[in-house]
Amino acid sequence: MNDTPPSVVIKALSKTFDGPDGKPFQAIDGISLSIPPGTLAAVVGPDGAGKTTLMRMMAGLLRPDGGRLHVLGIDLAEDAQEVQNRISYMPQRFGLYEDLSVQENLDLYADLHGVPADVRVERFSRLLAMTDLAHFTDRPAGKLSGGMKQKLGLACTLVRVPDLLLLDEPSVGVDPLSRRDLWEIIEQLIESDGLSVIVSTAYMDEAERCDHVFVMNRGMLLADGTPDELKAGARGLTHVVSPDDGVPARDLQARMIDAPELVVDAVPSGGQVRFICQPGCNEAALKALLHDCDCQPREEELEDAFMLLLHQHDDGHGDASSPPPLASQAPAVATNGNGDGPVIVVRDLVRRFGDFTAVANTSFEVKRGEIFGLLGPNGAGKTTTFRMLCGLLPATSGELLVAGVNLRNARAAARARIGYVAQKFSLYSNLSVYENLDFFGGAYGLRGKERRDRVNEIIRQFDLDPDVHSGNLPLGYKQRLAMAAGLLHQPEILFLDEPTSGIDPLARRAFWRTITALSQSGVTVVVTTHFMEEAEYCDRIAIQDAGRLLALGTPRGVRERSGIVSGHMNEAFIAIVEKARAAEAEGQEAA
Amino acid sequence: MSNAAFKTRLIALVRKETRQMLRDRSNLLVGLILPVVLILLFGYGLSFDVKNAPIAVVMESNSAAAREAVSGLAGSRYLVPVEVTSMAEADALLRAGKADAIVRVPIDFAEQQARGNAQVQLILNGIDSTTATSLEAYINGAIGTVALRRMDRGKSGAGSTGSIVLAQRIWFNEAGISTWYLVPGLVALIMTLVGAFLTSMLIAREWERGTLEALFVTPVRPLELVLAKIAPYLLIGLLDLAMCILAARILFQVPIRGSLLAILITSIAYLVVSLLMGLFISGVTRNQFAASQMALLTSFMPAMMLSGFVFDLRNVPFAVKVASQIVPATHFMGVIKTLFLAGTDWAMVAKGCVIMLGYALLLLALTWRTVRKRLD
Repeated sequence: MNDTPPSVVIKALSKTFDGPDGKPFQAIDGISLSIPPGTLAAVVGPDGAGKTTLMRMMAGLLRPDGGRLHVLGIDLAEDAQEVQNRISYMPQRFGLYEDLSVQENLDLYADLHGVPADVRVERFSRLLAMTDLAHFTDRPAGKLSGGMKQKLGLACTLVRVPDLLLLDEPSVGVDPLSRRDLWEIIEQLIESDGLSVIVSTAYMDEAERCDHVFVMNRGMLLADGTPDELKAGARGLTHVVSPDDGVPARDLQARMIDAPELVVDAVPSGGQVRFICQPGCNEAALKALLHDCDCQPREEELEDAFMLLLHQHDDGHGDASSPPPLASQAPAVATNGNGDGPVIVVRDLVRRFGDFTAVANTSFEVKRGEIFGLLGPNGAGKTTTFRMLCGLLPATSGELLVAGVNLRNARAAARARIGYVAQKFSLYSNLSVYENLDFFGGAYGLRGKERRDRVNEIIRQFDLDPDVHSGNLPLGYKQRLAMAAGLLHQPEILFLDEPTSGIDPLARRAFWRTITALSQSGVTVVVTTHFMEEAEYCDRIAIQDAGRLLALGTPRGVRERSGIVSGHMNEAFIAIVEKARAAEAEGQEAA
Repeated sequence: MSNAAFKTRLIALVRKETRQMLRDRSNLLVGLILPVVLILLFGYGLSFDVKNAPIAVVMESNSAAAREAVSGLAGSRYLVPVEVTSMAEADALLRAGKADAIVRVPIDFAEQQARGNAQVQLILNGIDSTTATSLEAYINGAIGTVALRRMDRGKSGAGSTGSIVLAQRIWFNEAGISTWYLVPGLVALIMTLVGAFLTSMLIAREWERGTLEALFVTPVRPLELVLAKIAPYLLIGLLDLAMCILAARILFQVPIRGSLLAILITSIAYLVVSLLMGLFISGVTRNQFAASQMALLTSFMPAMMLSGFVFDLRNVPFAVKVASQIVPATHFMGVIKTLFLAGTDWAMVAKGCVIMLGYALLLLALTWRTVRKRLD
């Protein structure tokens, strides 16, 4: 069949929404593209690039404001139902019926797609085997873990072989292990069923597996091609530099980020800094910036090409991608200095909910001025540990000293010395930036002139506009405001719960730049994250799984223990968790 | 698409909705337990009947004629006459709330009666106007009965000629028992509650949990979604209807004078309207909390206040009357009360059903639009 129409043909497509501030917002801005049948295509772009809007339009869920859209040769404006009969679509948040069992969810979708009973038996057993859900068919979908839910969602979309499969960020918010499993399932099905797939993703390693990649930003298509074609754009610009002994990689990285005329992007990795230099940059100036550290060229990756494209496109847009001036001038932070002793001591910490142990026998220490990262898959106990450290949740047993104060009997005293930034934006959306900060200043006990001075100072430090309604801020700025509120009372320790989830990569760099600056000024930072590469910014990290502490140490030390020294932190993480799970299974068998 | 595919999908969706309904305890609580509570509350707890109301009787004249005139009060099971000697005493009792009314027999009662225009004064406590109105009727009745008897006796004799006595009789609810008109109205109230309130969650919940997005991109049609959501709740509604009819008959001895078939047809028609109303609200708000508030405000409250459930619609201002005619419950209320207490008026049933059908079609079209498989 050579006359199979292209999976998708898009011509000059546009879509406008009303923004939170009431102004129209161009979600899709004149995109044209064509995707041949039988390919695995990726749509990549930072959050807010318009990926989800594009996927929804291809699924016939949103009507375009302009342009044409053909899927499987059918004009969506004419017969959306026919397209919906033939494609399968997995939305970002797959809506499983949580009160129905795994089997009932599968049956429902099989019935809706009219899958015949004999085909169904074979298909179900295969899907259940692939997703590892065969033992849980009677379990309500609401009682599955996050990764299992995502796999069940994928299984429900694949109850029959569709003519085109649309996956909208299937791995967002999924831990690295489940993410790997999901991709294995997708690739197996592509091989066996000859699927045409379009997947949107923010992960470059996922895009690298695809035949064709479309790069989006701010509703526009920046570039497209095979991963190799795209990578060529960064050829000759990618290097890796090792800092002098004793200097943390992130300090060097911070210096490089601050020189955007020379360096496009820099990230710490395994004690070194990987960076992209500006095309045609002054080599002598670059050398001076690096203080003559050992600098080697490295092979370009898709991530490099992506960052280069984003930077070029974003030049001139002043989003939260430029770090606030705070970066260059260390803020005054009260360090009621009592030496270099640990500011957080956790010993044999346990937390149970009924007969479920969320955190088991965990011990670690955090030194003053450190950046300490808590990593782990969903349900590992990160959030529970974090809440206990902030005094939001009492421990079942164990010792917990924060800023020299025992949390068991002096929670209020400890709280005055810590700042907490919750994962969800927890400021008042209908108050202005100034009103929010003024309120939180009051809540922390600042009064009169002192409060006004402190609020104005922090507004200046974080480069915020005091009169804007907080709800109308872009996500990156919201996060910055939340952090400003957490620092009003000049705490010794700042707790950040998943601060970078949902922010685009450029804003994420800027955010870490701010954290680096804070740590240089003596503030201790404790942070949870599911971006494994962000572990590289930390002085030390702890990896948790199923409530147990699996690894503790410097990023490099943890890598060495996992046996994966080079490559991505992701792989080291997977290796550690898998090793521990295998040991656990063996232990159970032996017992 | 073929008929068979439509049937498979509809059955799959109905099965899904039924399972979800059965697994949600709060649903069953509202759908099955709350109606029982309402029936008991309205049937036993809420009654506008006056029983054993104390009446201060001021006997200024102690003549035999005067005694005879008020003798009827003692015979009524609704009234407890308390004899006092002065108006001041009666006044004090009324003000203290120890008497609900004052009956005053003037000092010249016998002479007046002889002249043929005897008068007894009745003073009612108007603070509670419903009780006052009932008492007026009871006292009138009690005194009137005596007068009638006198008239019968005096037909041959002289004295009573020229006086006109009103002979009143209440039809359909002969004893004027309020449960008789409250309980049939309760059917309307419970149909509204089960219909609108329960279904108001259904589409909104799917929007909130994001389940619709995946469901939209399947061969499913909007109409199938709506029909499947109605089916299981129609069943709950019918169960409640059966409960209401049984309670009316067995617990409260309300007569069912109309045809049971007519009651069933109109109730189902109204139930469908209610269910669609709830679904429409659910689809428009896309938010469970807002939907339940809206359902309460736009269906349950009007069914309670504007439908003629308690308050007579003939005495309300024109604007309220117009508003009440928009409420579907009003049209059902009239029919169901008639069917229970008066008998089957097929023309009235037909008219009610046509109105319900109109509402149902309108709401179905509107609800259809809210699930037309688009996110914008």
